[in-house]
Amino acid sequence: MQMPALDPDILARRGEIVAALKGIVPGEGVIDDLDGMRPFECDALSAYRQMPLVVVLPNTVEQVSAILRYCQDHKVKVVPRGAGTSLSGGSMPVGDAILLGLSKFNRVLEIDYANRCAVVQPGVTNLGVTKAVEHEGFYYAPDPSSQIACSIGGNVAENSGGVHCLKYGLTTNNLLGIQMVLMNGEVVRLGGKHLDSEGYDLMGLMTGSEGLLGVVTEVTVRLLRKPSTARAVLLGFPSESGAAECVAAVIAAGIIPGGMEMMDKDAVQCAENYVGAGYPLDAEALLIVELDGPEVEVDHLTKRVEEIARERGATTCRVSRDEQERVLFWAGRKAAFPAVGQITPDYMCLDGSVPRGRLVEVLSEMRQMSKTHRLRVVNVFHAGDGNLHPLILFDANDPDELRRAEEFGADILRLCVRVGGVLTGEHGVGIEKRDLMGVQFTEIDLDQQMRVKCAFDPDHLLNPGKVFPQLRRCAELDRVVVHHNKLPFPDIPRF
Amino acid sequence: MSGTIKPRDAAELQKAVEWALSEGTTLDVRGTGSKISLGRPMRCDQVLDLSGLTGVVDYAPEELVVTVRAGTPLRDVEALLAQRNQMLAFEPPDLGPLLGREAGEGTLVGTLSGNFAGPRRLSAGAARDHLLGFSGVNGRGEAFKSGGKVMKNVTGYDLSKVIAGSWGTLAVLGEVSVKTLPAPDQTRTLMLRGLDDAAAVKAMCAAMGSPHDLSGAAHVGDRTALRLEGVAPSVEARLKGLRELLAGAGAAMEELGTLESRAFWREVRDVAPLKASADAIVWRISCPPTEGAAMVARIKAQRPTAQCFYDWSGGLIWLALPPSPCRPGGRSRRDRDDRRPRHPDPRSRGGACGRAGLPSAIACPGGARRAGEGKLRPQGSLQSGEDGMISSRRPDRSRAKRGVAEGPVIISTTREVPRLRFAPLGTTGN
Repeated sequence: MQMPALDPDILARRGEIVAALKGIVPGEGVIDDLDGMRPFECDALSAYRQMPLVVVLPNTVEQVSAILRYCQDHKVKVVPRGAGTSLSGGSMPVGDAILLGLSKFNRVLEIDYANRCAVVQPGVTNLGVTKAVEHEGFYYAPDPSSQIACSIGGNVAENSGGVHCLKYGLTTNNLLGIQMVLMNGEVVRLGGKHLDSEGYDLMGLMTGSEGLLGVVTEVTVRLLRKPSTARAVLLGFPSESGAAECVAAVIAAGIIPGGMEMMDKDAVQCAENYVGAGYPLDAEALLIVELDGPEVEVDHLTKRVEEIARERGATTCRVSRDEQERVLFWAGRKAAFPAVGQITPDYMCLDGSVPRGRLVEVLSEMRQMSKTHRLRVVNVFHAGDGNLHPLILFDANDPDELRRAEEFGADILRLCVRVGGVLTGEHGVGIEKRDLMGVQFTEIDLDQQMRVKCAFDPDHLLNPGKVFPQLRRCAELDRVVVHHNKLPFPDIPRF
Repeated sequence: MSGTIKPRDAAELQKAVEWALSEGTTLDVRGTGSKISLGRPMRCDQVLDLSGLTGVVDYAPEELVVTVRAGTPLRDVEALLAQRNQMLAFEPPDLGPLLGREAGEGTLVGTLSGNFAGPRRLSAGAARDHLLGFSGVNGRGEAFKSGGKVMKNVTGYDLSKVIAGSWGTLAVLGEVSVKTLPAPDQTRTLMLRGLDDAAAVKAMCAAMGSPHDLSGAAHVGDRTALRLEGVAPSVEARLKGLRELLAGAGAAMEELGTLESRAFWREVRDVAPLKASADAIVWRISCPPTEGAAMVARIKAQRPTAQCFYDWSGGLIWLALPPSPCRPGGRSRRDRDDRRPRHPDPRSRGGACGRAGLPSAIACPGGARRAGEGKLRPQGSLQSGEDGMISSRRPDRSRAKRGVAEGPVIISTTREVPRLRFAPLGTTGN
């Protein structure tokens, strides 16, 4: 993984930059010693690490604004960071950039049950929002697996998903407003407690922009009332194709489950070993289907799903009897990644999205690749929305295995794009898939996106080295090449 | 307007924009033109007519996605989806009759370009939430794409969001991929009668905050309608729960069955309850639900002839403001100059919308549209001027200045979002 070369000029000015930051954030908010900065050297894509230039942890919007204005004026790069749980290296530090941590923005500012929204600071954890409102029967819907740790600000930056996206949407579908600071220090408010208004949807653009356009300092999220009943159904199938057909049939029957997850045999075994959720060990593929709503609806739909599953050859069919068992069914799935950690020194977690109809084909081709690259792959994924999480098992201490794992991962993502899917469904591009962007997008597509970047951050100071395979100067992108045509395309119908 | 270009395929569409760029020609991008009266009149050199780019490229019901060309009529898409018992869950409105045209003329892409959604916006999201990806031509005459055809996708910037609601000012859309969802088996409505606006909003918010999973909450006249959709046993159970929840609201209750419900909500969706006179301006005001009733009370205090109804649990107000009759004699010069765009003092007090409400003019009589011509006034909001008239608030400069609009992504077309001033339409008589 190639990161941009460090700027010797910035490194030489480190003392001056640290002093300036200490002037903005007094006390312990600036961390410039090696030991203190060590915890920040990587995010959840821990195969790649780099020490930041300096870490700054502001606790007011004014400080964030002053830091960014200083950085803009002095052309210092900035990497924003929430909880550092990005799986794509979205918050990986850069050696000549300030690491701007938002962890001190950890307060829930307002809860407005009548308008069903909450205003929170970006460092509040995803689960923290739900915890703050659950006593009134409300919750915040997007639930990435890292929800106990990941921050709402990071969720906005990455447009995080979770197991309930199929029914309840991603972060972008659950936001009402944000406050953000632009690279020049300007503080901007987008949206509010209302729904739509006119003008460009810049909040939608900011969501999932991976920290390249601005720093989020406040978030207004939509709250939902918790469904009165939720039940999980465990379905074991003797073949992956049977499970995939069941997924398609459930949706074709007009049922949108709260979640619909699939695990392959290896994943089931790891998870069962780790959590003891009672998963059927004889199944080639396991589905967990969650149905939520009023009790009568859940009863009705559970029956329908069971029927459909049996028609598709399900050999196991278990419905959770109570809340404890439902949580247990999910515990295995939610712990699938660490569970896989039992059988391998390292694993690489991928995140391609494919049309549901191509799932079986993609899985079988992945098995073939596994032989070619001589590495095992375990599959856990959000079957309902075609979002795959193949885990490639390898040993990072063996440089050849790391290289093969990277190549295998890239091949899987190319396969996803080839069957009509995309590189990333919810983890983001970051540094991990940066160099594969050209597989999905043409140069024109990427230039178009880079013009958005230029409109917000013309000097490319925010989160450098992420998302774009190569940066082009904004002035270069500005140039319009006009071909003066001799004939105004006479073949197009005109009136 | 010197002519119309009507491309027949994506390649011709790209060539047309490339040509316009090389000639320095501005383009008025249209589908069927059903919303042409919405917003300020444009002065463009050419019409780029997309009505020749029709047809469904791909529809995979089990994938929950449909891909159509830009000129495809909305009703064709809806009819196709209905065959497989699916729908566009954001409930696209047909604003034809409101805008003085026939029903059923618009395109899906036109609806997306204005980010219009109906009553189900509350539970299913806006049009922008259903646009999965698109391909089109940018203002540099280059064909490009963004997004995809899969449900979950965070690869690159989410340009679909900024394209939805951009009125063709950022790119000419060629094809869009839109999410589809199963249509509900049953639709029922619990109708409360006799609540005033404030009580109705309170009841709607209580219902929305209940576990009964509403897909619509509107208040029209003295009727407060709460919609429940889904499989029969679920709808029954939720109706019962809702009745119990609202028993204390002191309103008479009745129920509408599936057919009656569909008819009622279609009317709400298409703004039919607003029987506005032809010379009224129709506004759409977006606000936090609990602030709507007070805002309407302020507006009605200034303009007693105003008509309105609420959707989105009170978060969407449809408002018709007929012109006030001219006061006989004694009009000041300032009154006579009412049609002149004026920059109100941002410090003025007593705003009708206050900070909470964000208004857009949707239907305007011809005179008012002309009066609104002039330079773009982004992000106005409704409030009363010092003279008691309602006028456009000073633009939020940070937002406008920093917007992508001023980045290099702009396309040459100029369909501007409507920015009409309220002031020209009369006085309150004080």
